[in-house]
Amino acid sequence: MSLAGFLAQLLNGVQYGLLLFLIASGLTLIFGVMGIINLAHGSLFMVGAYVAFLVTRSVGSVWLALPVALLAGAAFGALLERGLFRHFYKRDHLDQVLLTFALILLFEEARSIFVGNDFYSVPVPTAFDFSVPITAGFSYSAYRFAVIGVCLALAVALFLWIERTRMGAIIRAAAEKPEMVDVIGIDARRVHMTVFAVGTALALTAGVLAAPLYSVYPGMGDGFLIISFVVVVIGGLGSISGAFWSALLIGLVDTLGKAYVPAVAGLAIYVLMAAVLLWRPTGLFGQRG
Amino acid sequence: MKADSAPVLETTALSKSFGGLAAVRDVSIALRRGELHAVIGPNGAGKSTLVNLLSGELKPTSGEIRLDGRLVDSASAPRMAQAGVARSFQRTNIFPPLSVLENVRLAAQAIHTPTRELLRPRSSARDLDARVAVVLEHIGLHEARDRIAGTLSHGEQRLIEIAMTLAGDPRVLLLDEPLAGMGNEESEAMARLLKGLARDYAVLLIEHDMDFVFSVADRMTVMVEGALLASGAPQEIRADAAVQRAYLGAPS
Amino acid sequence: MLPTPKGAFALAAGTAMLAMLPFMAQPYYVELATTALVAAMLALSLQLLVGCTGLVSLGHGAFYGLAAYTVYLVTPEDAGLSIMITLPLAVLTAGGAALLVGALSLRTRGFFFLMVTLAFGQMIFFIFHDTKLGGGTDGAYLARPALSFLGLELTYTRRQRPVYLYYVALVQLVAMYLFLAFLLRSLFGRVLEGIRVNEHRMRALGYDTYRYKLAAFVIAGALAGAAGHMWAMHRAFVNPEIVGWHRSAEALLMILLGGLQSLHGPILGALAFTGLGELPQLVGDAKPLARFFATIGLDDFGVRVQALAERKLLLEGLVILAVVLALPRGLASLRLPRFIRPAYGEPPARDEQVRP
Repeated sequence: MSLAGFLAQLLNGVQYGLLLFLIASGLTLIFGVMGIINLAHGSLFMVGAYVAFLVTRSVGSVWLALPVALLAGAAFGALLERGLFRHFYKRDHLDQVLLTFALILLFEEARSIFVGNDFYSVPVPTAFDFSVPITAGFSYSAYRFAVIGVCLALAVALFLWIERTRMGAIIRAAAEKPEMVDVIGIDARRVHMTVFAVGTALALTAGVLAAPLYSVYPGMGDGFLIISFVVVVIGGLGSISGAFWSALLIGLVDTLGKAYVPAVAGLAIYVLMAAVLLWRPTGLFGQRG
Repeated sequence: MKADSAPVLETTALSKSFGGLAAVRDVSIALRRGELHAVIGPNGAGKSTLVNLLSGELKPTSGEIRLDGRLVDSASAPRMAQAGVARSFQRTNIFPPLSVLENVRLAAQAIHTPTRELLRPRSSARDLDARVAVVLEHIGLHEARDRIAGTLSHGEQRLIEIAMTLAGDPRVLLLDEPLAGMGNEESEAMARLLKGLARDYAVLLIEHDMDFVFSVADRMTVMVEGALLASGAPQEIRADAAVQRAYLGAPS
Repeated sequence: MLPTPKGAFALAAGTAMLAMLPFMAQPYYVELATTALVAAMLALSLQLLVGCTGLVSLGHGAFYGLAAYTVYLVTPEDAGLSIMITLPLAVLTAGGAALLVGALSLRTRGFFFLMVTLAFGQMIFFIFHDTKLGGGTDGAYLARPALSFLGLELTYTRRQRPVYLYYVALVQLVAMYLFLAFLLRSLFGRVLEGIRVNEHRMRALGYDTYRYKLAAFVIAGALAGAAGHMWAMHRAFVNPEIVGWHRSAEALLMILLGGLQSLHGPILGALAFTGLGELPQLVGDAKPLARFFATIGLDDFGVRVQALAERKLLLEGLVILAVVLALPRGLASLRLPRFIRPAYGEPPARDEQVRP
């Protein structure tokens, strides 16, 4: 393949990896702070994609879906935390798994009832429906650049929030030492709700951004959920920067693999995960056990 | 109570740090059979970390651990237990939903059941039950043997801890504050028990109760901030000026 | 081997009841019952991990599906092989895969274990979903394994088939139950129990818990293979859906429904779950809700409610929600008669299992 083609795949990999980061960072935050695994996180991504689809269908542009996803996602996440998840922090894994599995089924049925079971494509917003010329023989989709930009902006905002604010400090402490949550005391409930709201908003946003690239279809959250798990396992527990680098790694390995060695590409990320588990079971960026 | 001369378990310049923080620094001690070696020191002196290092639960950052002269500092916790180093925990660490008998039986089975016998029915393991019965009798828990461990008093649960360390016929006992949280009467019984143990094992004892420690220890080591401050016979320790200043004089 | 005379009696009575079913039910329901027995085999095999050892795996369905695909892959197009060949092959393949997956995923704990088993399970799913190895996304038909042993073949007509297959499944389920009951009453079972209650202490006592957990993982995977083999034999069809992780989650649900404290729990849970899955079908046939609302003049509303009631996943989701919210110990927390409660060990304190 040509150099231009390679560059395009490289950018695709970065864009895919950044999208994965939006999903995985929410997973790892919720997991790190509350110690709960949210299998329905992929469904939240799907909800975002369908929000994009519905907004585009009624208003004509996907851009409006972005603030809708951020705000509605945050509100929805807070609501979910308050109404449901809060009661499951002390329950064992089996209950948490089944609770969030039930949510997946309910989200899918809601999707089926309100939108149906068909595949829909979502048009790329007209403002970005062109290619940016990079070199003489190579240009790249403006929309994908925009996705990379939005993801990076959100990633920076997330880093600043975690590293520079008081709540961020609490979140870091809680992810490192779960016992700390007790020390936080009265703040804990607010922290939990905020973390859940942020995680949900990020997942919905990822869904919105992904809709024009991958279409929307039933069960679309499943694939992204599982890849995000791989990202979290490789990145290490509760580590945002770990999730970032590992998401990029997975995005690149998967995309380049599919472009150059399609026969075995589907397995590449699992082989990577197996290697990491052999070498450092706590993840590449997690604390050593 | 003359100790055999060759140490069973011995450390040389043992150190462990977490991040940049040194929890144990350059500690060299030796445990001999028939000798009760007490380690004292204020909270946070690294005593429990030392036990965790000796029991294989933590890997040392540097230094050596030798068991019968053989290097064992990369051995895992199960390995150390199999090699005859048994430990008790400062915070009671038992199997609350199981009966006293089952708790101790698990401990005996860990050491005395070869893999090929694992498929034997539980009910046929009379040999294990006999060992367990001896230990329970020794500890004084034989009457509570069928009660659920989690329902027993704190003191009785501490005794289960000890029974579990003994059930595998170890050579080295690492006892991390066995008297912690016990009432007066209970701790006297425990004290009598521990005195008796020193004859047959190499014992490392961590304890805060100074009167008790001075009455049972054959040898003492004082740790402060991860490092070894003094080591010697109890009367030497009592006379040591540095120890007086750093520890004994101050209320702990 | 069995706990008490009472336990032996309960087992015999339960088996006898199940054995009489084909004499009383129509073929459709016999086939449905076979489906339930296969689900029971899967849930029972998973119980060795979840209820006995305290390991919640989301990759268990993959070994089940892999075994079913193994039957498909080794069977020639025109005629089925002997069950004496297909069953051991399916069990060995599933057990071998469980050895690889378990060796890696047991290096992690708690939620990481969950995620890793899920990811590896999904890897096996993708192998069948994305390649042409097993008919791709559409799945493939296969010739059923034949009931031949040492040259003797048990033949049956098409009409007799549901009954024969039902008994083949029942025999395997009972055998699996007895095997697990034996295993749990051995010294090995005692170690698994100890790991479930307090793994940290087990290591301090000298148990290399990784090896025991791996052994349990492999045995459970191999038994799931037997369930998958039975599925292939029952349906004569495989598709990627049976490998997917939703199957694992459903098996966990069956366990939670039946209770974590016994071996018969998952069986009862599987029966209940399969029965529940039939409800939307029955409701769809009879249309009771549409008819009811039509009688009070709300035709449109009735049609909508009726449509909702026919949604299988909606029902499943709501049932799970109800169970985890209201019955944290499964149906067993409803006061059942004593003989269908504990069959092994002590009831675990549920909090004790929550060690991430």
